[in-house]
Amino acid sequence: MDIDKVFKALADPSRGYLLDLLHRESGQTLTALCMHMDMTRQAVTQHLQQLEEANLIAVVWQGREKLHYLNPVPLHEIHARWIGKFERDRLDVLRNLKNKLEGKDDDKT
Amino acid sequence: MTKPSFVYVTYIATTPEKLWQALVDTDVMRQYWFGSAGCARVNVSDWKPGSKWEHQRVDETRTVDVVGRVVENNPPHRLVITWARPTEAEDESKHSRVTFDVELQPDGFVRLIVTHAGLEHDPKMLESISGGWPKVLSNLKTLLETGRAVLRAAPAK
Repeated sequence: MDIDKVFKALADPSRGYLLDLLHRESGQTLTALCMHMDMTRQAVTQHLQQLEEANLIAVVWQGREKLHYLNPVPLHEIHARWIGKFERDRLDVLRNLKNKLEGKDDDKT
Repeated sequence: MTKPSFVYVTYIATTPEKLWQALVDTDVMRQYWFGSAGCARVNVSDWKPGSKWEHQRVDETRTVDVVGRVVENNPPHRLVITWARPTEAEDESKHSRVTFDVELQPDGFVRLIVTHAGLEHDPKMLESISGGWPKVLSNLKTLLETGRAVLRAAPAK
């Protein structure tokens, strides 16, 4: 999988937000996602297409419904490539500190 | 049919046959399947439909963390297994289901799709699994593409 495609797909706030929506609830339809997006259905479709080409989302057909899933495998490969195996705990501490100071209760993500 | 809880996709530069072997052969599995404690794991079964399978730790204890049955075995295309805690082995209502789909792509890569369904009533299992699959799949890709065993993850605290 082309890692450039992953970064290009991530380098857009709308696509980042679509991934946030799928992280909150994986397996959503286009219609469900469109309810949270301030753009045309066609534009959302194009963003989803780009995310799918980067392998950041996976698509499953369930009957007549097309469900979109966040696929974290390419992100894990980025993580594995640049984050050392002993850095994880220190990075978790930093993130928890930042979230606490900024008042975000988001320790689990 | 409930909708899948997770769908994981990875593209691997290998052959469907080699990928299949990595899914069912414990000698290959122990080189890429590591649990959260850094200990290698293997899935042990004869892989015949209806047979049992066990997710075992590769250490002196041989602890079994997950059990299930083989639902479908169609090499090198599709493997379907059920997934349960050993204490809930007899209660099929508590079993979830994992499907491995192996597809040769026109560009020569092999696409592996892992679908895990039926976890919606088990948030604890869902959480532990959602962290585990991406790591296992990315290690599997590295092993098949480089031929090298993957370094073990640091022990979880």
